Amino acid sequence: MYKIFKKEKLNDIIYSMWIEASEIALSVQPGQFIILMTKEKGERVPLTIADFDRERGLIRIVFQIVGKTSEELSTLEEGDELYSFIGPLGKKTEIVHYGKVITIGGGTGIACIHPIARALKEAGNEVISIIGARNKDLIIMEEELKLASSELIVTTDDGSYGRKGFVTQILKEILDQDQNIEKIWAIGPAVMMKVTCETTKPYQVDTIVSLNSVMVDGTGMCGSCRVTIGGETKFVCTDGPEFDGQLVDWAEFMNRLIRYKEQEQRSWKIYQDHTHLFKCGKEME
Amino acid sequence: MAEMIPVKERMKRNQVPMSEQEPKERIYNFKEVPLGYTKEEAIYEAQRCLQCKVPKCIAGCPAEINIPKFIEKIVEENFTGAYLEILKTDNLPAVTGRVCPQEEQCQIVCILEKQGKPIAIGRLERFVADWARENNIHRRLPELKRKNQKVAIVGSGPAGLTCAADLTKLGYEVTLFEALHKPGGVLVYGIPEFRLPKSIVKYEINEIEKIGVKVITNFVIGATLSVDRLAQDYDAIFLANGAGAPRFMNIPGENLNDVYSANEFLTRANLMKAYNFPEYDTPIKIGKRSATIGAGNVAMDSARTALRLGAEKSYIVYRRSRKEVPARAEEVHHAEEEGIIFNFLTLPVKVLGDEKGNVIGMECLKMELGEPDESGRRRPIPINGSNFVIEVDMVIDAIGTSANPIVAGSATGVETNKWGYFIVDEKSKVTTKEGIYAGGDIVRGSATVISAVGDGKVAARTINEFLSSGKSLREVF
Repeated sequence: MYKIFKKEKLNDIIYSMWIEASEIALSVQPGQFIILMTKEKGERVPLTIADFDRERGLIRIVFQIVGKTSEELSTLEEGDELYSFIGPLGKKTEIVHYGKVITIGGGTGIACIHPIARALKEAGNEVISIIGARNKDLIIMEEELKLASSELIVTTDDGSYGRKGFVTQILKEILDQDQNIEKIWAIGPAVMMKVTCETTKPYQVDTIVSLNSVMVDGTGMCGSCRVTIGGETKFVCTDGPEFDGQLVDWAEFMNRLIRYKEQEQRSWKIYQDHTHLFKCGKEME
Repeated sequence: MAEMIPVKERMKRNQVPMSEQEPKERIYNFKEVPLGYTKEEAIYEAQRCLQCKVPKCIAGCPAEINIPKFIEKIVEENFTGAYLEILKTDNLPAVTGRVCPQEEQCQIVCILEKQGKPIAIGRLERFVADWARENNIHRRLPELKRKNQKVAIVGSGPAGLTCAADLTKLGYEVTLFEALHKPGGVLVYGIPEFRLPKSIVKYEINEIEKIGVKVITNFVIGATLSVDRLAQDYDAIFLANGAGAPRFMNIPGENLNDVYSANEFLTRANLMKAYNFPEYDTPIKIGKRSATIGAGNVAMDSARTALRLGAEKSYIVYRRSRKEVPARAEEVHHAEEEGIIFNFLTLPVKVLGDEKGNVIGMECLKMELGEPDESGRRRPIPINGSNFVIEVDMVIDAIGTSANPIVAGSATGVETNKWGYFIVDEKSKVTTKEGIYAGGDIVRGSATVISAVGDGKVAARTINEFLSSGKSLREVF
């Protein structure tokens, strides 16, 4: 079983957990993901790793409450165990010495970009990180990103912290001023990644995105995560999760992301009604 | 004890049919369709066996069961004895008794087949296995000296389980690695509950674990640990990771939201129990009208699952004719009874969708049969201008699988063919690297449970020879 070693609430909706998984911690590389299940009746959820500690055998995940499984996961405490935790899955980020690069994280994508930025910096790159969220409360892992980057720029949509605006606005400013950007990684909500690619296209800078498709097994067996890349069907779990963002069929990707929206909302509502009832019942006792 | 009956009487009797759940009932549930023999039915059927001096059925069984012997024990009402007889060579009797195509293996060579009424060997095997389970008869590990050599097995499907059990019975220390959260491979993610109840698979695996096989789930060889790394800790390795990657038609519209690979569809339904959503968290989306492309056993499973999940119409779309259908006759029969609609000589060319990605239809071409192709079957040829649209809102691709490269990618010196399947010596199952063996679908492509069982048995035997001669994979590396 996979014990929760450390749990931290980063803000109202985002949690961080260090999970005991020594074999995965030994072989994991930046850019890879894991699949977890909270319980036997649970679903298999992919999460890009936020950090790892090989010596202590730990994998860090960061997740936002977006449905039943993530809410249920947030109720687990240190010492509790996950039913399933498999990985490391997917291809690792291609870390070499490029020169000057930009890593962009939006929302929980900030956590996913973290090990990538760090590895790029360790490989001798000059790493400019841009992280953004709706408001100050939703900015996470700022200290870690500062350490992992040569320069960190924080943005909020409402201007409550850092620069006001979207990450893509900052990105455009940098690209306008600096011709030496060799490569860009962007991880975050689908719309953010799509707009990032639109922003970088005129500058012809390689832009890598990490796709968070709906998966079941995560090992290339089911094809639930398939996506069209440059006219060809690819599996995010085994061919990705990172792809050249300019080649992604974003409309198809976004359609497939919400394939189960209706069922997911139904299941979440039943869960919330139930836990609410349970809480009320407890209060009455 | 039931009595032996005269040969003349045996020849007169007909095969005892097995009762089944009524089609109009069963399309609303996931319970098993055939209900099994009663004790009396089993004995009556077993009495028909001619007990041939030179039985042909044994050679027809990849699991090498001494068929006349276990049948004789049924006649004697010694069901425990019959069970122990089967267990001598078959480690998954409740599974093979259900999903083996006996009509092509042991039963086709039965002397009584000539009269069109072979002994119902599969049904008898199933009866014995179910009786033993219900009566708490457990398998025992033979008394022998444990060996200190270790064998790793990759994949816990029928090939892996068989090889693991056989090697354990020979005294080796065996560890079985499974990528998913439950062991069983295709037996748990692929074959539906109504053909193979998961509680029965679980029971069989528990029994195998009880004789000493160590099962490690959630462990992806090729990702969590490479085969190369595994080879440093084990004396031999058997790769039985399954074919595993779904194939698609490569036609426009195939990535629309409501197009599933059979693997995804069945995994959601079987392994993840999406048919019990929202009690189980994994969702599945069922259209009103479903089209399954392909006509193998997996296609029948998919079309019948779609029906049970609420599709009002469930079509099978197949480019060849009824004669070429690769599924077992029994599966086709069950599907037809349940109202599955077969569209033969029909080739899908495009899945039609709306702007939200929902499927609204499937464009197809009519086909006609031409000259035989390399498979010996008459080649289907599209009829120009015969395009028509089947109104469906869900499509399942059940046209086969290809090799998943994860395991092979981490095994230095273990070569694959151009399709990605492991190259093995047919007789010994050894790969291009000494000490590493492979079998099941990752060698054969999409095949059957019983051929995987057969491969597992052969590999166990050659691994035993390899290790008995004092060799070890650790020295090869």
